[in-house]
Amino acid sequence: MNRTILDLWVGIFVAAGIAALLVLALKVGNASTTFNVGETYRVNAEFDNIGGLKVRAPVKSAGVVVGRVDDIHFENQRFVARVVMKIDKRYQFPKDTSVSIFTSGLLGEQYIGLDAGGDSAMLKDGETLKITQSAVVLEKLIGQFLYNKAAEGGTK
Amino acid sequence: MPERAVKNLRGIGHEAINGIWRLGYASRFFLLTLARSATSFRRFSLTIREIYFAGVLSLIIISVSGLFVGMVLGLQGYETLQKYGSSEAVGTLVALSLTRELGPVVAALLFASRAGSAITAEIGLMKATEQISAMEMMAVDPIARVIGPRFWGGVISMPLLAAIFSAVGVFGGYLITVVVIGVDEGAFWSQMQNAVDFRQDVVNGIIKSAVFGVAVTAIALFEGYDAPPTAEGVSGATTRTVVTSSLAILGLDFVLTAFMFTGV
Repeated sequence: MNRTILDLWVGIFVAAGIAALLVLALKVGNASTTFNVGETYRVNAEFDNIGGLKVRAPVKSAGVVVGRVDDIHFENQRFVARVVMKIDKRYQFPKDTSVSIFTSGLLGEQYIGLDAGGDSAMLKDGETLKITQSAVVLEKLIGQFLYNKAAEGGTK
Repeated sequence: MPERAVKNLRGIGHEAINGIWRLGYASRFFLLTLARSATSFRRFSLTIREIYFAGVLSLIIISVSGLFVGMVLGLQGYETLQKYGSSEAVGTLVALSLTRELGPVVAALLFASRAGSAITAEIGLMKATEQISAMEMMAVDPIARVIGPRFWGGVISMPLLAAIFSAVGVFGGYLITVVVIGVDEGAFWSQMQNAVDFRQDVVNGIIKSAVFGVAVTAIALFEGYDAPPTAEGVSGATTRTVVTSSLAILGLDFVLTAFMFTGV
């Protein structure tokens, strides 16, 4: 085997490998839309119940992904869940933005929804959102429904 | 009767001590290879030649297997997922299984049987025909000249082969589910992109395959170098390469997976 032909084949091989990596990164993975690259700021929120929310779940506003959940931990002082979100610097939200936990579809993954308020002051890095709405726990809902039905039956 | 028992016991002890002795020798050999690998980079044409034999010649079996693994995953995933009315999630299934597990592991298993066995046989035969002793006589360091380039050639080839395997596999899954069965193309790609994280899934898969590359090539080189210089010895060493490196791949895969994909 001639050295130049050999080099050519190895070159083709390495190029194909790198091309495969690029395909995996951009077409298969989320490297094109990831928020790890851009500038972000952190916002906190406290919930009574986060349901099945996970770290790295999307934070959406009007259905568009604007950030990701960075950290979830239990606040032992007030017995609430504290969720830290990383939001893209390009998107600024008013101080009185309300934050809720939604489920995509009936059994889909949970995400955080931001609803912009009317305040003229914008959120800064490390601030805590006041208006929060916890996750809807399906079992609780069904339990309440059954309880109400039973109560209705009792009054008749 | 007790004599036989003692003999058996002695046999077990001998095997254990022999195994530990070989492990120590293999570790020393591995460290020596690393220490003398400067030649592989100073005379990079030697390494390029080995990338050709280990990587380029494995390209066809890797891409054909990747294509079929992806197509089978697509078919099986679709069969199961459509029962729950979420056949679009088949893209996620194919991509995650390939990038996290099947890409690195199956590519490494194929690499062990395709390239690893060839390396062992080549070095074993070099030893049997006394080429390695001849090099030592000429004051050429066989570890720097023969072992080093093969090691780095294998280590460089393995992650590239695994990436090609995964990419071709995803394409195979796409071919079956979108083109043949008719799953919606937009949902296929967008659900896949939502679920597959570059750092968490793709990069971890590449790290895995790099570790497998080191393990497979080191085992193949050691078995070849340690082979008894007979026809029987070389054939036994080749078999041991495939068996040991396959077991090493699966064991390492479990350990790496346990480290990488917990707590998320």
